[in-house]
Amino acid sequence: MTGAFASRHIGISPDAQRRMLDGLGYESIDALVKAAVPASIHSAPRASSSIPAPATEAEALAELRALADQNRPARAMIGLGYYDTFTPSVIARNVLENPSWYTAYTPYQPEISQGRLEALINFQTMVTDLTGLATANASMLDESTAVAEGMLLARRASKAKTNVFVVDADALPQTKAVLRSRASAVGVHLEELALADGATLPDELFGVFVQYPGASGRVWDPSGVIDAAHVAGGLAVVAADLLALTLLRSPGSLGADVAVGTTQRFGVPMGFGGPHAGYMAVRQGLERQLPGRLVGVSQDADGHPAYRLALQTREQHIRREKATSNICTAQVLLAVMAAMYAVYHGPEGLRAIATDIARKTEALAQRLRDYGQSVHHDAFFDTLRVTVPGTARTVIERARAKGYQLFWADEATVGISVDETTTAEDLAIVAWAFGAPEADEHDVRSVPVEGFAPLSGVDAALRRVDEYLTHPVFHAHRSETAMMRYLKLLADRDYALDRGMIPLGSCTMKLNASTEMAAISWPEFARVHPFAPEEDVHGSLAMIEQLETWLAEVTGYDSVSLQPNAGSQGELAGLLAIRGYHDANGDTERRVCLIPSSAHGTNAASAVLAGMTVVVVACDEAGNVDLDDLRAKIAAHESELAALMITYPSTHGVYEQDVVAITQAVHDAGGQVYVDGANLNALLGFARFGELGGDVSHLNLHKTFAIPHGGGGPGIGPVAAKAHLARHLPSHPLAQRADHAGGVRFEGGPVSGAPYGSAGVLPISWAYVRMMGSEGLAEATGAAVLAANHLAARLREHFPVLYTGENGLVAHECILDLRPLREQTGITVDDVAKRLIDYGFHAPTMSFPVAGTLMVEPTESEDLDELERFIEAMIAIKAEAVAVAAGEWPADDNPLVNAPHTAASIARDDWTHPYSREIAVYPVHTLVRAKYWPPVRRIDNAYGDRNLVCACPPVEAFA
Amino acid sequence: MTDLNSLSYTEEHEWIERSGDVATVGITDYAADKLGDVVFVDLPAVGDTVTAGDVCGEIESTKSVGELYAPVTGEVVEVNTALDDDPSVINSDAFGDGWLLKIRGTESVALLDRAGYEAFTGGAA
Repeated sequence: MTGAFASRHIGISPDAQRRMLDGLGYESIDALVKAAVPASIHSAPRASSSIPAPATEAEALAELRALADQNRPARAMIGLGYYDTFTPSVIARNVLENPSWYTAYTPYQPEISQGRLEALINFQTMVTDLTGLATANASMLDESTAVAEGMLLARRASKAKTNVFVVDADALPQTKAVLRSRASAVGVHLEELALADGATLPDELFGVFVQYPGASGRVWDPSGVIDAAHVAGGLAVVAADLLALTLLRSPGSLGADVAVGTTQRFGVPMGFGGPHAGYMAVRQGLERQLPGRLVGVSQDADGHPAYRLALQTREQHIRREKATSNICTAQVLLAVMAAMYAVYHGPEGLRAIATDIARKTEALAQRLRDYGQSVHHDAFFDTLRVTVPGTARTVIERARAKGYQLFWADEATVGISVDETTTAEDLAIVAWAFGAPEADEHDVRSVPVEGFAPLSGVDAALRRVDEYLTHPVFHAHRSETAMMRYLKLLADRDYALDRGMIPLGSCTMKLNASTEMAAISWPEFARVHPFAPEEDVHGSLAMIEQLETWLAEVTGYDSVSLQPNAGSQGELAGLLAIRGYHDANGDTERRVCLIPSSAHGTNAASAVLAGMTVVVVACDEAGNVDLDDLRAKIAAHESELAALMITYPSTHGVYEQDVVAITQAVHDAGGQVYVDGANLNALLGFARFGELGGDVSHLNLHKTFAIPHGGGGPGIGPVAAKAHLARHLPSHPLAQRADHAGGVRFEGGPVSGAPYGSAGVLPISWAYVRMMGSEGLAEATGAAVLAANHLAARLREHFPVLYTGENGLVAHECILDLRPLREQTGITVDDVAKRLIDYGFHAPTMSFPVAGTLMVEPTESEDLDELERFIEAMIAIKAEAVAVAAGEWPADDNPLVNAPHTAASIARDDWTHPYSREIAVYPVHTLVRAKYWPPVRRIDNAYGDRNLVCACPPVEAFA
Repeated sequence: MTDLNSLSYTEEHEWIERSGDVATVGITDYAADKLGDVVFVDLPAVGDTVTAGDVCGEIESTKSVGELYAPVTGEVVEVNTALDDDPSVINSDAFGDGWLLKIRGTESVALLDRAGYEAFTGGAA
């Protein structure tokens, strides 16, 4: 292999590759992949590449250090939803830097995810307690998109027959920009009003959005506005600062229907914009309207409490174009960190942090007034707006020269936000920047904070008096030892990549290398505000430009935006770019989006959010787009055709032969082609989306480009487009630079709160590409395709492999058909998935895209031993099923239907089953050394959805 | 025990039992089986008007959602409120206690008899 790192990333040794190739009958991996990928789309080799030759791990770290050194560290006091915070070291080391937490997948197999599910229940409880609302989900992508989702929820739930949504004039500027973009796509009319100044609401509205406290820092009582919204038949969506809520009345107590926001300041680094977990909470009765993941409490087969994802039928993977949202990957790892911050500090600790911040802000306000400055509001929590006629730029520069970043609101106004890390010395220097008088009788070195009361200008009626975070979990883990052990206890409950392969189809659970993860914790990348001045972030901007260039090259596109925080958001941005393109051409009636029936649910949900109409295209028995049906659907909608969305290779793991004909047909009819890049790991280095007819795609950096899945986020879903669409890619009003790589300016509306999305984890993908080089990326693809074909070849005599393509080959994943097994033996795909847990595996994807099947994607990072271990387990499980059919064990009492088996279940004195305990938990001898013990038996899903409980159960429930 | 032969059926896997101008509507056990464990039912309100062939509600299971199509045009005169507490009765007694709603009206979508419904489901009903 070319680079040293490639041999660390790719698990199959050259020797093993040789044996596997021999088994398949191919001379080389190159020959194998070229036999699988249709010749019509093979990439021609490039004369030159923007991607440098592979760096070693040490070299990559040195280059990252050099990029970091181009960022100028500063004390960020810009506010606007992003605040510096102290990440407790115990959380940094044991969560953020712990592969047991960051290499886990979304908890679709709840029995092996109880650790992070509990952490997420803690998160949900933290949010419901602080917001005073009944139910919270387990995370939104950021505050701005959460407000947009709140707007859409209000429209679904309101009975008012109008499309008017009122927006607080004092909302965060980035939120207003995101709202404009989302509203115009779906025909919502926004009306911006100065709500805190008493502006009258229109008679017709379906909802009102309030920022609490306002972006200006102003604390005011929105209950009058909320009541007026209700009278008009609308819902009230309140974006609330969670830390402020420890001191201020909750949105729920003020009558809000929905509360949204971010949890970033609960110990999650700003990261130059992300990732952070957003939150959404709703009042009782709106639970089924919640977007995203919702963790609930149910029970397992032994009647013990167990956590699971509840009400999944709301979500895109089931309800598709009727889903409550297109969100799939969320921000789980960051939600876990924020929840643990609350667990570690407890209510008293959080209140103390908030009180300290509020007092410091009072002290600063007084010092500024002493200097003759005009502070706008008397009622504030952590943020001040100061009038400095004509000299805002001067103040900002004076502060910056001392290493402090303030917010330039306009030429006469400066904004300052105080946070957990602000010291009394910081306050003094900031005040000085406003111009200390000649005879400064104050001690310039620090601002005394004692003697100042928090929220002194805030009406007593708005002060919080009720208790919150009363559950014992927020009180029991306050010493570092206790916290460390709690985190270990939960991590040990989960099955992540640090235990074994997670062969989930289209999830690409490859290695998240330690060197890739190293730089995200460096303060030069982590403690950076997304709206920091351009001069302070040259390193981050250079990394972004490089990554944009590399990703454009490998996909055959011209421009890339890294702004979307997940594949779903990349899809939305791509579809909005298509829409913008058609509108710019005067083709405003082009709104039909053709989507194959096999597509991932987010495709349909995203199309709806882009204001398009979904028309489903049939797939043939081989799982490929039915070209005849495609032509018929195109003909039926020719003048209204906006786009076709296809996944390549398909969700069935096949490189469709007809892809060029498919894309051509769409182009001939005036439509654009969106290629879903989720399966790029099967193509990278051998073919490019831009060369097979794609006009725009999203990529999943948390799949193909090594960002860890984090248990359900963070993710990054860059959108890549051809030159004719590039103008319509997302821009951002507060971006440091208007131009992107290649000097291209994007003009589409933003899809994230931060200009470059979750920039904090971009170093991971940067390092992956830097250490693999172009050849390494192609090697990874080859090894991934080899591994999948090896599994298919070895297992096809036991389970039919659905949908093969050229030469009987699959791409990077294969679908095993378990329906014949069910017919013969009664054993279901669920039984097999749960029995795989006993064998020490995370099941492959169940029943998608075809019900009753398993979709298996091993990735290039697994070694041959692990692949063989999986093959052995599947063969053994089939034998067990056959034994059931033969009557060796009863249909209702056998190792499969009783799976998974916990330690507790076999430690009982009364073992009454017709099979031994050894067969139950050690069906294969190698497990004795490396056994994963599931903490719960099979979970009752129906019970959990019928009895919805989404907050921490009382401790007695676990007795 | 409901006599399945006395019911009419629709291609959306619903059954209708007529009593004068009131039709009692439910989903068949075939549909309930395909849905899986029902966890939630969303029905129109008493007094609402529904139109034959239009979606008037939803039936949710843990793994999918089925749309409820009004088989008859008319006024909803009663809904099965017992389903709020225990929607699982749709799985256990789809033709009896698992009834969904009653509509007063006569105009309906095309109806099948028992034999026609069994043929429609390829004998699987």
